[in-house]
Amino acid sequence: MFGNILIWFVIVPVLMIAGLACCGNSNMKAIRTVMVAGSTALLGMAVWLVCEFLSLRAAGDTSEMLFTGSWLWYAPLNIHLAVGVDGISVLMLLLSAIIVFAGTFASWKIDPLPMNFFLWFCLLSTGVFGFFISIDMFTMFMFYEVALIPMYLLIGVWGTGRKEYSAMKLTLMLMGGSAFLMLGLLGIFWHSAPTLDQCTWNILEISHNAAIDPSWQRLLFCFTFVGFGVLGAMFPFHTWSPDGHACAPTAVSMLHAGVLMKLGGYGCFRIAIFLCPQGAQELAWIFIILTGISVVYGAFSACVQTDLKYINAYSSVSHCGMVLFAILMLNTTAMTGGILQMLSHGLMTALFFALIGMIYGRTHTRDIRQMGGLMKIMPYLGVCYMIAGFASLGLPGMSGFVAEMTIFFGAFENADMFHRVFVIAATCSIVITAVYILRVVGKLVLGPVQDEHHLSLTDASWWERLSTVTLIACLAGIGFFPNWINEAIRTSFEPIINALQNAI
Amino acid sequence: MGITLPVLILALPFAMFLILGIGGVKMPRKLAGILGICANGALLAISYIVALTYFFSGETAYIIDGVRQQLQLFDVTWMAFTDRLVVNIGFLLDPISAMMLIVITTISFMVHLYSWGYMEHEPGFQRYYAFLSLFTFSMLGLVVATNIFQMYIFWELVGVSSYLLIGFFYKLPSAVSASKKAFIVTRFADLFMLIGILVLSYYVAETPADGPLGGASAFNFIMLNNNSVNVLESTLCGTFMGGSILSWAMVFIFVGGMGKSAMLPLHIWLPDAMEGPTPVSALIHAATMVVAGVYLVARFFPLYLIAEGSLLFITVVGAITAFYAAVVACCQIDIKRILAFSTISQIAFMMVSLGVTRPELHEGMGYMASMFHLFTHAMFKALLFLGAGALIHAVHSNNYTAMGGMRKYMPITHWTFLIGCLAIAGIPPFSGFFSKDEMLTAMYANSPLWGAWMTMVAALTAFYMFRMYFLVFWWEENPHYKEHTPHDAPWQMSIPLIFLAAVSCLAGFLPFGEFVTWNREPYHIHLDMSVAIPSICVAVVAIAFAAWLYARKNDKPAKMKAAMPALWEAAHRRFYWDEIYMFITHKIIFNGVCRGIAWFDRHVIDGTMDGLAAVTQYTSAKIKGLQSGNVQAYVLWYFIGAVILAAITWICLL
Repeated sequence: MFGNILIWFVIVPVLMIAGLACCGNSNMKAIRTVMVAGSTALLGMAVWLVCEFLSLRAAGDTSEMLFTGSWLWYAPLNIHLAVGVDGISVLMLLLSAIIVFAGTFASWKIDPLPMNFFLWFCLLSTGVFGFFISIDMFTMFMFYEVALIPMYLLIGVWGTGRKEYSAMKLTLMLMGGSAFLMLGLLGIFWHSAPTLDQCTWNILEISHNAAIDPSWQRLLFCFTFVGFGVLGAMFPFHTWSPDGHACAPTAVSMLHAGVLMKLGGYGCFRIAIFLCPQGAQELAWIFIILTGISVVYGAFSACVQTDLKYINAYSSVSHCGMVLFAILMLNTTAMTGGILQMLSHGLMTALFFALIGMIYGRTHTRDIRQMGGLMKIMPYLGVCYMIAGFASLGLPGMSGFVAEMTIFFGAFENADMFHRVFVIAATCSIVITAVYILRVVGKLVLGPVQDEHHLSLTDASWWERLSTVTLIACLAGIGFFPNWINEAIRTSFEPIINALQNAI
Repeated sequence: MGITLPVLILALPFAMFLILGIGGVKMPRKLAGILGICANGALLAISYIVALTYFFSGETAYIIDGVRQQLQLFDVTWMAFTDRLVVNIGFLLDPISAMMLIVITTISFMVHLYSWGYMEHEPGFQRYYAFLSLFTFSMLGLVVATNIFQMYIFWELVGVSSYLLIGFFYKLPSAVSASKKAFIVTRFADLFMLIGILVLSYYVAETPADGPLGGASAFNFIMLNNNSVNVLESTLCGTFMGGSILSWAMVFIFVGGMGKSAMLPLHIWLPDAMEGPTPVSALIHAATMVVAGVYLVARFFPLYLIAEGSLLFITVVGAITAFYAAVVACCQIDIKRILAFSTISQIAFMMVSLGVTRPELHEGMGYMASMFHLFTHAMFKALLFLGAGALIHAVHSNNYTAMGGMRKYMPITHWTFLIGCLAIAGIPPFSGFFSKDEMLTAMYANSPLWGAWMTMVAALTAFYMFRMYFLVFWWEENPHYKEHTPHDAPWQMSIPLIFLAAVSCLAGFLPFGEFVTWNREPYHIHLDMSVAIPSICVAVVAIAFAAWLYARKNDKPAKMKAAMPALWEAAHRRFYWDEIYMFITHKIIFNGVCRGIAWFDRHVIDGTMDGLAAVTQYTSAKIKGLQSGNVQAYVLWYFIGAVILAAITWICLL
């Protein structure tokens, strides 16, 4: 069992929790040592995994999932701890590792109770990593819940503003989503095989059996899609996102918007579409309408916000709506674009929230009306904010452009009028995005200095620079050399596309 | 030709951008300036080698039987959407891209040199050079694009370089809002271009891979333009709202060009873009980026020819814009704004010239004329902008009211500026005369309507240019000169002026038709006297009229203004386009739609969620009294329950 590299993505965060528990709150140095060592190890493992995965694929290994392993956990319900990765989950693991790494440095001076903060932070990471390595629906759901609960405490204790309200709202809404999800997963389980005693939680086996009755598929598709869609900030279940992000501490916002919201998109295609292809073919239109609304609605809402975090939260609604929108197009190109958008949005939003945290830490306000001319005061952060902005509005050379274009070209393959109208509506978001991004950049970074007191503020410190440089390098990396990632994702979609085609 | 030089053409400016952008902060200003200029000089040399080899070597790789060839010097896969929708990054060498290489690198080098003097005392000098390099890189990438998607990529990149350079003086709110406006307006246009590309490439990718189009990438220019006339016509013959799909796609793509080339009604960003440093206006907003729309149409010309409806659309948009911009230019006070509107008008001229081109009319001469004018206009308009920069540098104001009688103080600027004015007015033997004459000939050939209309615009051009010239250099000396005497600019600024003036004098004699034509076969230029003589006459009359009004200080202009105040005011306010846009974007979209949606989100959607929570809390508050711990109450409820159950059982059993 411990010979499988994937298990270590869960073990390392657990070891970090144990290590942190030994540190105590006053020993900042030891806490940082544990965190830096652990997050570096995770990042190293993720990079190694990507390289190993690509070389195995290059060597001609075409099995659906690599590095698979399965260990029986609870025999009466046939629950296994089953792990395995394809190109998409490998990239998601890498994304999570990058953001945990950057998040560690972004919360270098967290106060109060640093040990407890990082402890919950690591538990959250455990859930995230566990989710992406699982191919057993039950363990997947379990890790999903593990990732949700720490969020309540992290926002409630270390947050700002109306933190108790927001933490409660976020947790309850996501739990509501989980309830739908649990129903859906149970339904899939009980229909997963021709006879009851063969029922399985294993995703690959379920898709091979293809035993779910079409009428059930419609219902189960809706349950699971809504369940995951809540986490992916799908309209009208997105309102936890603005409040939750606005009140969360920096690293939590980064991890939440950067990775946790991706759990939603990932689950949508890995479970909802992959396991209920017939339902997806028939009922995708409902969710295309909802996500299409998300894309435009989020962007319009972002245009009038004055709080930096609200702007990015609404922007996330728009961008994550694009992820789900792409996945619902049910063809390889658009779905590949959806995954690229997940990566891109994860990195970009993490960068945004990191920068907002850094700016807020200095100016003690997030209201764009009270700030201005930061380029003069803290040029490094100003430039980074502009770069993040350009990534967000889809400048070529940044990952956002690659993702959006792939989505648009893929989505346009659906030749009927219904799809075309929604695709063109979605493309309009590139203009609205430019409006709200440039509005913020113009008010916050450029222009005259608004507040005299800000003139004495300092620019970024080394740990802040490390955090931002890591994220920017990844954004530009994908933007400049998209093809290898693109190929890795495309090939991973083959089983899902096959399932969809068999369902017609 | 190997791939070293073409790769260097793209790599050199990009490397300069990274070096100056990342290392610039710690670099002394002088070093940054010298690095920028040297790298650009090298770029100039390489581009000239490539372009001149292409035009003059006569090798069979470049020219076969008098037909110039299109070469893809390299073309590497950047990303594959599907098997047919493959995005390549490459280098296409053909007459128009070779010509653009010359234009871009020449003007860019002149601007680099000029900026050394002009921007000497500005903070952020290194950043300025970094952005100039970024722009040069993007613009070169745009013109050498082998496929429409590569063009779109660099199209966006020139947009962002333009944004960064317009907003260079980022502490000024006016510069910030101008840069924002420029980006958003052009982005809006690019949205249409993207949709056009989506439509076009979707239908092309539908053609069978073993069909006449072959399995090439659906974006590729050569494939689309050369082999495909009949195929595309038959593939894209389906109609949508009265037009063929191809026409719609081409019109949408052209709307992208309208944004970048500031055609009506998407012109509003260009006058505001003058908030940027003047050399930037010369490079981006006069000579190179704003002609991208013209270049786009020229690049896709065979497709536009199939979709003739779209050519008519281009002609009409161009003709209206040309006239509108010329009228507005007559009533501006800011000399850079006059030049900006002049640029809009001249680009519209090129658009009309492309729009009227048909292969059967003078062997498709309008195309050649349009490219010729693009070339000469780039030179003399850059000259005029750089001259305006020298004036502004001297008096620290953009308005001609702060100038007057400058010819005594700034002789170099005066003479070079005069050459620029004569060139744009179309007076022989300056370059503008030749290119404008060819364009007018092509327009008359298509229809006397376009010819006469554009001759009128040409007359207006001569009038507003000389109005500015006389008001700046003659009129009356400004009293402020006694405190602060203006003087000619330093050598870094004078050399580009003199060089560009020399080019403007001589470029007209280039046998341009030998190099650039729509079918890449040589065309022998000859002057059509029946067009040339009237156009010279109207230009001379217009200049004389301007001289009569503005050469000496007098009250005739004021009287004219007083005679038709409404018209003057409307033209001065640019016929209220900005106000209309302000109303739509601010009042309707921002205050109406955006605020409406934000309110809806907070109060309706989120209100429902909060409402659910409130209902839960309320219910729980109401029923929690049941769990009171009071045994008597529990017994009471027990009895009530038992009685009800008994009653039900009894009823059911009966």
